[in-house]
Amino acid sequence: MACNSASCESGCYKDDERPVAANGNASNPRRGGVNVPGVCLKCKINQTIAVTHPAVAGSAGEGGRFCADCFRSNLLGKFRFAVTSNAMISPSDNILVAFSGGSASRYFILFSHVLVTQKNFDASRERERVLPVFGVGVAYIDETTMCAEASSEFGEAANEVELIVSNLTPPTKQFLAIPTESIYSPELAVGRDSLKRLGDVVRDLTGKEDLNKHLRMLSLQKAAFDNGYNKIVLGTCTSRIACHVLEATVKGQGFSLAADIQYVDARWKVPVVLPLRDCLSEELNMLCSLDSLKTVEASQQPRAGINGLISSFVKLLQEENPSRESTIVRTAGKLTPFSFNKTPEVDDPNERLATKRRQKKYNLKPDKSQPPESFCLVCSSPLKKSNTSGLNGLALEETSAVIYAAACSSCQYQILPKDTSSMEHFLSLLPQSITTLAKDSSDSHMFLREQIQDLLLSDSDDGT
Amino acid sequence: MASEAAAETAAKPRGGRLCTICNTKRAALKRPKTLEQICKDCFYAVLEDEIHRVIVDNHIFKRGERVAIGASGGKDSTVLAYVMSELNRRHDYGLDLFLLSVDEGITGYRDDSLETVKRNEIQYGIPLKVVSYKDLYGWTMDEIVKLIGLKNNCTFCGVFRRQALDRGASLLKVDKIVTGHNADDIAETVLLNILRGDIARLSRCIYSPNAYRGFAREFIKDLERIRPRAILDIIKSGEDFRIATHTKMPEQGNCERCGYISSQKWCKACVLLDGLNRGLPKQGIGRTRGLDAERNKDSRETNGTQSLQSKQCGSLDF
Repeated sequence: MACNSASCESGCYKDDERPVAANGNASNPRRGGVNVPGVCLKCKINQTIAVTHPAVAGSAGEGGRFCADCFRSNLLGKFRFAVTSNAMISPSDNILVAFSGGSASRYFILFSHVLVTQKNFDASRERERVLPVFGVGVAYIDETTMCAEASSEFGEAANEVELIVSNLTPPTKQFLAIPTESIYSPELAVGRDSLKRLGDVVRDLTGKEDLNKHLRMLSLQKAAFDNGYNKIVLGTCTSRIACHVLEATVKGQGFSLAADIQYVDARWKVPVVLPLRDCLSEELNMLCSLDSLKTVEASQQPRAGINGLISSFVKLLQEENPSRESTIVRTAGKLTPFSFNKTPEVDDPNERLATKRRQKKYNLKPDKSQPPESFCLVCSSPLKKSNTSGLNGLALEETSAVIYAAACSSCQYQILPKDTSSMEHFLSLLPQSITTLAKDSSDSHMFLREQIQDLLLSDSDDGT
Repeated sequence: MASEAAAETAAKPRGGRLCTICNTKRAALKRPKTLEQICKDCFYAVLEDEIHRVIVDNHIFKRGERVAIGASGGKDSTVLAYVMSELNRRHDYGLDLFLLSVDEGITGYRDDSLETVKRNEIQYGIPLKVVSYKDLYGWTMDEIVKLIGLKNNCTFCGVFRRQALDRGASLLKVDKIVTGHNADDIAETVLLNILRGDIARLSRCIYSPNAYRGFAREFIKDLERIRPRAILDIIKSGEDFRIATHTKMPEQGNCERCGYISSQKWCKACVLLDGLNRGLPKQGIGRTRGLDAERNKDSRETNGTQSLQSKQCGSLDF
């Protein structure tokens, strides 16, 4: 559908605007290839959402293509397919859903019960009836400390989210409000202070935003682990991934990009899954609107710097061509995923058999890749082997240089400080979970130290 | 820049900030790539040196090679012509250089740029050779437009131009062609390939003229304003992308009509030319079946031009 020729005459954009047939009759809907405006493309019977719910339809192409029922089932189909073909969720799981109040995670919470239908799982018939339903908890991350300007908004949002969760149909879902400083626990007061100072130390606007994102994930990880959850669900949808693809590309993260955009990300202590990866934000918003699902306007400030630029760029592209976000994600989907981008295998012979059957059914290739040797200590992206090029021209002493080399080139540039004295201060502000990693890398990377020997300043150089 | 320098001169008795490289002359500009404040001479020096390093580190040339410099008359190819002749002389590459220009046969269009290239020939002492669409294909753009009108002429010109440099160089028994594509162009292409779903091109980076480029170009300019090194970071990402080996890539073979490199039975230029010669202006316009259509698939259907006629965009198997 995406046409790249400005002079193309096929009129593929103009389908929705085609005038009604001159004879005034709706053409026989069964005749192949003829789209009657106002009639659902799929069932060819009901009226489209653009007709039945004009306020909801908005500018999305979906509103003009499907009727409400077909739209719902189409969205649900994508969601279910994502979950089943990747064996994302099993009945014994205890899942923590990261809920910002937005439509994506809202949708998941509502429809998670749909995944319970037993025939989705390759389990034997007898076990079907006794399998428990997977547990669901909801986490809301309170970023008050990191975004002081918006503190009241976060507080209000948290209350609204809690209200939504308490009003969900039973069984009751645990609600966790997680302040980002929780990653510093038990020293929460110190944590709050450190977080505020971190915000000052990181000068680059984009770096600040990205650091906040990494800290959010750490808080989620901690909350999930501490509360006995074994999986995290994020509402990351196609639109968000399209933005992430471009963000990673312009930050020089082409190597690690594939790790972040798959259905499953098991590099973390608590694996993260994206059941809504194939859904557009436009569709999810429309559904929540259609079904009057209460959502909370994400108390996100307009994104600044590079992330904000990309956000607007993708929005512009999507308006110009409604399949743009999907195209971007599809292209990036052809990048080789990493070994941790699949559901971790369980030591159960039945599960292994089920996995083989699933791979065959959905034509998935068994993964043959080696796990990466190391991950960036700030953002956890898999590191390429030769990571020391960013060190040229910096005034670093040994320990700092080792830290530097343990980070990806993007974090090196936009997050880490550029000289030794600032580095020590910076490290003192990080939570222990990261500094232990740093210490480990410092102790064990003799090899790395040798590599960077030439780039280090010796004591005699600075005259002391 | 002049007023800035003047203001600085007024503020500081010594005559402003000094160049951070030579520390002698006054800084005349802030280098976009590194934000260093340097003087004119050092600017020339670093630019020329970086290009020299790229040439040497990547073993781009061998002594005695015949090298054609793609010359459009624009700023990039003018700088290229200057740098190539200068480095060839200074570092004794031993290359046989000449300028290669393409004349599309559009009245009034190329005249100015051809004048510039002729000036380059004189200024840098590099012989100029011009190949025209008429020489290569038997048609000027003016003649093509007369036949097909203004609707799809961009397709023709683009396809022909891409091949013209190659074909011209081949006619002139050239060993290597150099073009003035810069980091912005490459970054733009990487971006476009992501946006358009062109995974095969993502690993080959072919220039394709396109109105849609405007979007990407604008975005890159905005990006550069926020973070200049982002352009190079895009290129780095492009190099680091790991593409799944089982992804279908087009097989590279040769055109049956002219021998040029092609993933289809006939190369695009031959398809278009055939159409022109037979009075079928729409032939080859619009997408053929699948971007990565394999050659054997195609041979099943082709016994001439039927399968290559324009198809509705909606039939793309995306």
